[in-house]
Amino acid sequence: MLRAEDVWKSYDDGAITVLKGVSFEACEGQTIALCGPSGCGKSTLLHLFGGLDEPDRGRVSVNSIEVNRHRDLLRLLRHEVGFVFQLHNLIPDLTLEENCLLPAVAAGTPKHEARQRLMDLAERTGLSPRLGHRIQKLSGGERQRTALCRALMNRPKILLADEPTGSLDERTSATVFDLLLEVAANEGVTLLMATHDRSLAERCDRLLQMHDGRIDEPGLR
Amino acid sequence: MIFLKLILTNLRRHRIRSLLSIAGVAFSVAAMLTVVTILQGAVHMFSGILSNDSQVLVFERNVSDLFFSNVSPDVAAEVARWPMVEHADPVLFGVVSSADHPIITCFGVVPEDARIRKATWLEGNRADFGKHPNDVVLGSRAAEFLGAKLGDTVPIGHGSFHVIGVVRTANGFEDGGVFMPLDAAQLFFHKDGSSVITIKLHNKDDAAAFKQRVRQQFPNLIALEDAEFSHTYSQFRILKATAWAVGGCGLLLGGLGVANTMIMSVFTRIREIAILRVNGFSNVQIAGVIFGESALVAAVGAFAGLALGVGALFALKRIPALDGYVDASVHPAILGIVLLLALLTGVAGALYPAFYAMRVRAVEALRFE
Repeated sequence: MLRAEDVWKSYDDGAITVLKGVSFEACEGQTIALCGPSGCGKSTLLHLFGGLDEPDRGRVSVNSIEVNRHRDLLRLLRHEVGFVFQLHNLIPDLTLEENCLLPAVAAGTPKHEARQRLMDLAERTGLSPRLGHRIQKLSGGERQRTALCRALMNRPKILLADEPTGSLDERTSATVFDLLLEVAANEGVTLLMATHDRSLAERCDRLLQMHDGRIDEPGLR
Repeated sequence: MIFLKLILTNLRRHRIRSLLSIAGVAFSVAAMLTVVTILQGAVHMFSGILSNDSQVLVFERNVSDLFFSNVSPDVAAEVARWPMVEHADPVLFGVVSSADHPIITCFGVVPEDARIRKATWLEGNRADFGKHPNDVVLGSRAAEFLGAKLGDTVPIGHGSFHVIGVVRTANGFEDGGVFMPLDAAQLFFHKDGSSVITIKLHNKDDAAAFKQRVRQQFPNLIALEDAEFSHTYSQFRILKATAWAVGGCGLLLGGLGVANTMIMSVFTRIREIAILRVNGFSNVQIAGVIFGESALVAAVGAFAGLALGVGALFALKRIPALDGYVDASVHPAILGIVLLLALLTGVAGALYPAFYAMRVRAVEALRFE
């Protein structure tokens, strides 16, 4: 499902090497937490799997297809992966409903089908009463749940979450994380999540500890 | 719907900037419409003078301006005898000045000329025209600005003339002009011939044969049908080209305003563009949002400009001094071209911003949160 083979990535013309030969594999439906200090390469790895960036060396593949910025990238972003970021990255002038429908608009999903999917997701994330509200009117937790709905809109097989609870207080964080795990399980998606929160990470199927651009001994759990 | 909202959102977010941009396009369109319509109207009026009750014009070949054309009176006499010709009227154009009025157009015409025949005689009697060389008939506008009435003597150029009539015509140039008997005009302007001969044929289908005969018998002259003349006369072409060039410059400035707005728009929403990209928006879809925004600004500006331009034309028409000189009727073709140019300018203004937006890398825009 997800595979990284000896992946290297650097920035500023090689001055900063973020990933130094990362290799790992994840199976369908697994939940995997990437832990490690800031700057250790967690987000970069997520971006590589989402096709937002490309490795300097090595191979990154999703569903046995190598992620390449120039080939099938749109298909990857529209149907294979969904992103949840630390800061929700919603468009403030649109309503909750409109933000959630963006991936469906991009993919050209028929309106009634997209709306049905939205209703279903909103129901499961407890956002139904807030559909018509603008983003500014939502709490932090609601915004992150909106981002989760949006990420799942096109039924992706892989959910890439970059510190999804990083900007939330402890209680909201736990609620959102519970929801994330529950929805991931129900939808049967593979979850790859970067987090600083060790307690949340330990609730995933696997925990990969990253340090200085490398994955330390995998398979702690 | 969401697509449209993405377009409208940004325009609403920066209302003043959007309004300034729309105003830029509107003023450009209004300027273009006004300039082009006024000059086209002027061309139309001038060609109207020439085509008054005639189908073909005969004048000297290769002259840059009809005022310099000199067609021998023998030619007019001969052409008038051709069986296909109903009437051939020589007309001499001249420009003189009088106190406070630097330019007065003079028409040297024969008494049977359509300009005299068809005019509404406000004062005087048509039958008196041409009896004395010093008699003139004034257009109503000319009578007004010269302060003259029937029976007065008016100084025109280096001479003084006796006013034997005041006429009103539908044409501003004619209304602001002075009609003299042809022989008096020839004497006044030191010409032995006329500027043109206006020809009316019994059957307008004979125009080609008439032109062919003129080409054979008078190689130094050229005969053109009215429409041909309007399209080919160099002065008209210069006027039209000038109008479009001036209008085009205005539109270009409006387009630069749109480009500036769109560049600012893209720069201030890079993160939003990155979000769209992460959610699967293609380059075409992202460019569509930018072009849509630009096209909307251009369209609103263009329609506002049309309203403004038409309003300005009607206002100009209502100014007494310009009455008859400004044709406020906007030709649909001009309307279409101006609208199309405005939209194209708007879209062109979004080319670089759209290209920039398509190159935004989501990972860079989202990295620093």
